[in-house]
Amino acid sequence: MNFILGMVIAAIGMGPVVMIPLVGVGLLKLNFFFGVIVPYAALAIFVIGMIYRVMNWSRSPVPYRIPTTAGQEFSYPWIKSNPIDNPKNTYGVVARMIFEVLTFRSLFRHTKLEYRNTETGPKIDYEWEKWLWLAALAFHYSFLVIFLRHFRFFMDPVPGFVLILEKLDGFMQLGLLPINGLGAPGVYLTDMLLMLALTYLLLRRIYIPQVRYISLPADYFPLFLILTLGTTGILMRYLIRVDITAVKELAIGLFTFHPVAPAGIGVIFYVHLFCLCVLISYFPFSKLCHMAGIFLSPTRNLANTSRIVRHVNPWNYPVKFHTYEAYENEFREHMIEAGLPVEKGLDSEPAKEAEE
Amino acid sequence: MADTPKPEELSKIDHAPPLMEGWMDVPAEIRPGIYCYGAKAKNLAAVGMPNARDWNPADEDWKLPDNWEQIVEEGMKDRLDKYRSFKLFMDICVRCGACADKCHFFIGSGDPKNMPVMRAELLRSVYRKKFTAAGKILGKIAGARKLTEEVLKEWWTYLYQCTECRRCSVFCPYGIDMAEITIMGRELTNLLGLNIDWIAGPVANCNRTGNHLGIQPHAYKDMIDFFVDEIEEVTGIRVEPDLNRKGAEILFVTPSGDVFADPGTYTAMGYLMLFHYLKSQGLDITWSTYASEGGNFGFFTSHEMAKRLNAKMYAEAKRLGVKWILGGECGHMWRVVHQYMNTWNGPADFLEEPVSPITGTKFETATGTKMVHIIEFTADLMRNNRLKLDPSRNDNLIVTFHDSCNTSRGMGFLEEPRYVIKNVCNNFYEMPPNTIREQTFCCGSGSGLNAGEDMELRMRGGLPRANAVKHVHEKYGVNMLSCICALDRAVLPTSLGYWVPEVAVTGVHEMVANALVFEGEKERTTNLRGEPLPGMEEEE
Amino acid sequence: MTFYDRGTILPGLIIGLCLFLSPFIYNGGKAGKAPVPELTPKAKEAKQCVAPKPYMTAWHMQLLDNWRQEVVREGSRYFNANQDLWWNNQFDGQLLEKWRRFITSSDASTPGATGKTYYKSLQVTCMECHSNKSKFCDECHNYLGVSPYCWDCHVQPKEDKQ
Repeated sequence: MNFILGMVIAAIGMGPVVMIPLVGVGLLKLNFFFGVIVPYAALAIFVIGMIYRVMNWSRSPVPYRIPTTAGQEFSYPWIKSNPIDNPKNTYGVVARMIFEVLTFRSLFRHTKLEYRNTETGPKIDYEWEKWLWLAALAFHYSFLVIFLRHFRFFMDPVPGFVLILEKLDGFMQLGLLPINGLGAPGVYLTDMLLMLALTYLLLRRIYIPQVRYISLPADYFPLFLILTLGTTGILMRYLIRVDITAVKELAIGLFTFHPVAPAGIGVIFYVHLFCLCVLISYFPFSKLCHMAGIFLSPTRNLANTSRIVRHVNPWNYPVKFHTYEAYENEFREHMIEAGLPVEKGLDSEPAKEAEE
Repeated sequence: MADTPKPEELSKIDHAPPLMEGWMDVPAEIRPGIYCYGAKAKNLAAVGMPNARDWNPADEDWKLPDNWEQIVEEGMKDRLDKYRSFKLFMDICVRCGACADKCHFFIGSGDPKNMPVMRAELLRSVYRKKFTAAGKILGKIAGARKLTEEVLKEWWTYLYQCTECRRCSVFCPYGIDMAEITIMGRELTNLLGLNIDWIAGPVANCNRTGNHLGIQPHAYKDMIDFFVDEIEEVTGIRVEPDLNRKGAEILFVTPSGDVFADPGTYTAMGYLMLFHYLKSQGLDITWSTYASEGGNFGFFTSHEMAKRLNAKMYAEAKRLGVKWILGGECGHMWRVVHQYMNTWNGPADFLEEPVSPITGTKFETATGTKMVHIIEFTADLMRNNRLKLDPSRNDNLIVTFHDSCNTSRGMGFLEEPRYVIKNVCNNFYEMPPNTIREQTFCCGSGSGLNAGEDMELRMRGGLPRANAVKHVHEKYGVNMLSCICALDRAVLPTSLGYWVPEVAVTGVHEMVANALVFEGEKERTTNLRGEPLPGMEEEE
Repeated sequence: MTFYDRGTILPGLIIGLCLFLSPFIYNGGKAGKAPVPELTPKAKEAKQCVAPKPYMTAWHMQLLDNWRQEVVREGSRYFNANQDLWWNNQFDGQLLEKWRRFITSSDASTPGATGKTYYKSLQVTCMECHSNKSKFCDECHNYLGVSPYCWDCHVQPKEDKQ
């Protein structure tokens, strides 16, 4: 499967995601189905799916303490250790995980291979490359902020932190474009960042030969899905506005278990909502579950105390190994000849065999 | 054995995978110079490994058991249930590609399946087919593949092109560790008798004779005696090592490679000299012929085999009644000792928490496993001024230090060796930061791939390391690469000889021994290698 | 079936899910009704805003922003619903406006306005009718967490607090 086929498959997968709500709401007017039943079903799949996924990981033990130590271990007092990249205790692990989850510390180390074959032999450089890290960070944080901003639809009354987020996110007080007619409503930084970061992540997947080679439809699909989610959201804000009071009515209905599907919400909203539903139900069964998985990664969440504390393997079983006795029995004669100490003299050997 | 291409040939590397061709249906090419010979029947049978038969990877027929697919599937399931690492790493990769160009084998070969993520995908694709609903239903669309004989051969080809160095896992945002996946994959191949002989042979040897090289106890003693003579020749001092002595305070375990071949032997002599030097200060130490292997090729076979071989260390410590164990310079030995030994064969409650008999320093890092790294031990001696050193004896050396993968990324043992080196030599230069410490590059021949028949692979895998060495050679005139790994000492002379022949390889304790000033020694004119010391050249 | 490390994994999972499901928890099954903008008698009497209701519901912020631009930058102070929704001053205002009407009304061709000309002013024109800012503007804005910056500069109409 080459990369074009991979993208085509992902795009084909996107077709129904857009078409189903368009037809379902636009033509068949199944507002309640797409506004209430589908979201509840998706939410249930997400919650149960995530529980299943995480508990399934939890069913397998971590038999060995295998942190990837990315810094100086705890050693003598006169050697400076690196308590974050090579944690000595739980505090260190917590710090390491915080940096990993909140700042993508490992990804920050990323460099780009620069290979040149010169007259004097190959030259290998590891070049500065923070774009992947930057785009990943921008994407994840934008998504988080956007998700939290949406709480203005999910919660009543709107909590203060959402208002603050909105203020900060929209601090530029500019429209979509500096053009009369697109001056309001105010643009959110995270909307733009999300789309930019996603576009970058998609382009690098296509452009960088190695990444192109490893990419599966399952890599393009979430990108397409979130791009569509973002696009419909942005369209809804600037170009195809819907009655957002009614949208909130619907959302609040869902989040208070008094579901309603008010009339008069444009179909674009249902496309947006359906994308989200597909996203969250796809979540636990795809690579997106890295969100939970990272917390369980044994190379990151264990302290490097291997030689201090005994890590217990729950399924540790005794193994048969070649004992010293068997070893000496085989080589006793040579050992005595070479002056090596032995447990039993030459004469005691037959006696021992007789005992057995 | 295939001829290894010249460096000029080998350095023509294209890192861009084919544009329009996917990877799923491209069978692996089992190419001379890249693959290692298959495990011989006798070596597999010696340790009770399944499907023991002579086989040749280059043949079409690998003589697999009839139900091989079932064995693999059950083996996978078993391991998914036993190792969260395996299950998690199968599930959470997002294929961001951060690991892709971090692998020395990819850098050196350009083979796209040597990208860590790709190597993992070889297994993941089968995992999806067998263990996920999407993979079962959607097949290739969901990135799933049937396990065919082709695929198995592909697994084998690339699992034995990974040295379990963990460099990829440093860069992975989720800490996915290809070494862990390779370990699982190799366990699976071993269920079918598909080990390579360069691993199976040492494993069988180690099981029987106590060391990989199959050195029997009397021969081991001969070798040590030879070192004693050599040392006397250079220093005029006759060291008196003990072997298998009961009642010693400390048991010393080191890889047998250093007893066997240059330049490791000089490091072994270094240990002998250091121990002798400290005897008057109260060091009471013994070597063992039964536990005469620090390394553990079982670790490249399966956890169980590693545990079997490793069990000898504690067993011997118990038999001899020592208080604690001192371990020599070795890479994967220390991964095993540090991260696995106590879990497998502990608790070591018959030993005492290690304390240096010379300085009284308590080794806080080893209170559970009760095994101390000799570099830690020596660093502490130096810190407490217990060694009289003349670093100028190493003035002919312009030294750099190669961090071993396992001690750096499986332990975090970075500053200790540097401290020791800086105490014994005056000219020390670091390689570029992307190639040392936790980002260090593998020698290219680790995890049992240091055979002769896969020389092209080793030279390719060794390129990134050698290239960094070349850089400091050209910039600072570095002529000596120091390391704390017996495998490095065994393989880096070859790969540096190939890529940057002006640089030689030494163990850290060889330099320590050369700098160590004994009371009553004769005037030293040469180092342990018999090369004139700085300032002594004219007197030759 | 054994779950390993459940002492940390379970609480982690629960915390994670709770964060996701926090709207359910926050609302506690209850929420205010969606507000309906209340019209003053004067507004009711006028029957018709400067543009049709669906258009105003969706795009009033845009209309106000445009007014501001036109008044401040171009000195164009009068708005005729029939003509002036078709600006042709910049960009492709026409197309944009047609589009807006298309998606907010069933009939794209009908501006649906009275043809009256209005003075472009938030304070003088809009708030003249909708003098009940707290009922007409604030309720919806608060419901949706919107805080327009209109009143950073403009003077709020005095309301009879009842």
